[in-house]
Amino acid sequence: MLRQASRLLSRSGSYKLVAARAFSTEVPSTIDSTFVESWKKVAPNMDPPQTPSSFMKPRPSTASSIPTKLTVNFVLPYASELSGKEVDMVIIPATTGQMGVLPGHVPTIAELKPGIMSVHEGTDVKKYFVSSGFAFLHANSVADIIAVEAVPLENIDPSQVQKGLAEFTQKLASAATDLEKAEAQIGVEVHSAMNAALSG
Amino acid sequence: MASSAAVPFWRAAGMMYITYSNICANLVRKCLREPFKAESMNREKVHFSLSKWADGKPEKPGFFFFFFTLLPV
Repeated sequence: MLRQASRLLSRSGSYKLVAARAFSTEVPSTIDSTFVESWKKVAPNMDPPQTPSSFMKPRPSTASSIPTKLTVNFVLPYASELSGKEVDMVIIPATTGQMGVLPGHVPTIAELKPGIMSVHEGTDVKKYFVSSGFAFLHANSVADIIAVEAVPLENIDPSQVQKGLAEFTQKLASAATDLEKAEAQIGVEVHSAMNAALSG
Repeated sequence: MASSAAVPFWRAAGMMYITYSNICANLVRKCLREPFKAESMNREKVHFSLSKWADGKPEKPGFFFFFFTLLPV
């Protein structure tokens, strides 16, 4: 019965069925002019209704030449650490290693591992220890970095880190099930990353 | 459908990303210095009340306003 479905669907092609959708950064402000005209005919004294997209700030478009600064939005679930800050470079702890992001970086989605994220602005370097998260690098030199927990390095207690590392190394050795092993391994990874962050 | 080559160890052990991410975040929070640790624990507190249902009606909630921080370890 459904074998014919695709054929039937393509037959009724009086309207566009599968239209490739453009990226939202490229589509210009879409105020449907035919809708506005028919609205004005029916209700000439009322403004046509707004749509959610008309309230949104348009995304900065992709410049034709590489911009000089990178715009960073660094957010946590409970706070927005950096919002639209213009910086020269950020180094993020991606799972594939420390990744340096300069303006004009190729669009990338990077998963972050526990490690140090540093934000470079001129000679200023601000370092955060990120627990995990994602970094979205866009074509228009905007970097959206989201983390569950990120703390400045000064707020970490080295003795707790050492204690935790010892505890989890021991748990890893004595772990029985796969899940326990995984949890212990996560503990070892996070604590060693914090250790390296504090000493490096 | 090609099988993905190298799954992370936590995925291989049956853990979801969100579980992994929350465990990492909790471990980092536990290693903070004192005022920040208390603030973050406060921030992550969850309040809920649990009640068992019987015959379409909730029984007296035994765990009224039970709150604790969701630490897996």
